Amino acid sequence: MIHALANPARFLKLARPLTPVLLWAGVALVLFGGWAGLTQTPPDYLQKESVRILYIHVPAATLGMGGWAALAAASLAYLVWRHPLASLAARAIAPAGAVFAALCLITGSIWGRPTWGTWWEWDGRLTSMLLLFFVYVAWIALARADADRGGDARVPALFGVAGTVLLPIVRYSVVWWNTLHQGQSIGLTSSSIDKSMLWPLFFTGPGFALIFGAVVLMRMRAMLATQKVEARLRRMAAQ
Amino acid sequence: MNHWPFIFAAYGATLLGVGGLVLASWIGMRRAEASADSLKRRP
Repeated sequence: MIHALANPARFLKLARPLTPVLLWAGVALVLFGGWAGLTQTPPDYLQKESVRILYIHVPAATLGMGGWAALAAASLAYLVWRHPLASLAARAIAPAGAVFAALCLITGSIWGRPTWGTWWEWDGRLTSMLLLFFVYVAWIALARADADRGGDARVPALFGVAGTVLLPIVRYSVVWWNTLHQGQSIGLTSSSIDKSMLWPLFFTGPGFALIFGAVVLMRMRAMLATQKVEARLRRMAAQ
Repeated sequence: MNHWPFIFAAYGATLLGVGGLVLASWIGMRRAEASADSLKRRP
């Protein structure tokens, strides 16, 4: 499957119809989940109305971390198989992952003010997430510098794989350093959040993930088209 | 404390961030693909 999609023509044949499908399905799910989260769920007994920030904060955190896992997987695929599309995918994922990591920090900070009485605390989860955001920014700068000097994208790929060390730190920060951020309340199979409050998350979560996928496809298509233009211009200049 | 201004601020920031990301990606893709198409049509 990965090898079959590594062909740019085959990839484009799939990406062109898939992009609007992912985008509009994602937008519909997010709009419905956002509306439901704002109007159809009860307030929390402790956090009151501010708990509604959950429906955007949790997907942002998941995609901020999941984005790096995808970037690392693409980097590893590039290092192992040298598929140029894998390197392109990593470059397409990075800005989307950085935006979601930033949104996680921003919505978390806004949520913290009415809940904890502070916008920011150097707590394990907040600090490790901020570090992940900075690592995204550093990766984007490194990949751009590598592309500018005509590098073979191996150094950003190695950085992408090495950066995965941050993911368990972010994930388990609430266990290792139990300071201000609440512990894990949503697991793979169970949740300590009541179903009456949790259900809109099953719409916003997949919705934001689909939008993330559409953004990655759009950015990959843009990069492939740019490469095609550059190759064509080089050929024309050589004639 | 009224929580709604915080909720709207969080949703607004998300709308701006995700909307901006989607719009920038879409414009970048359209521009790059239009430029590739116009070059392909050139003799």
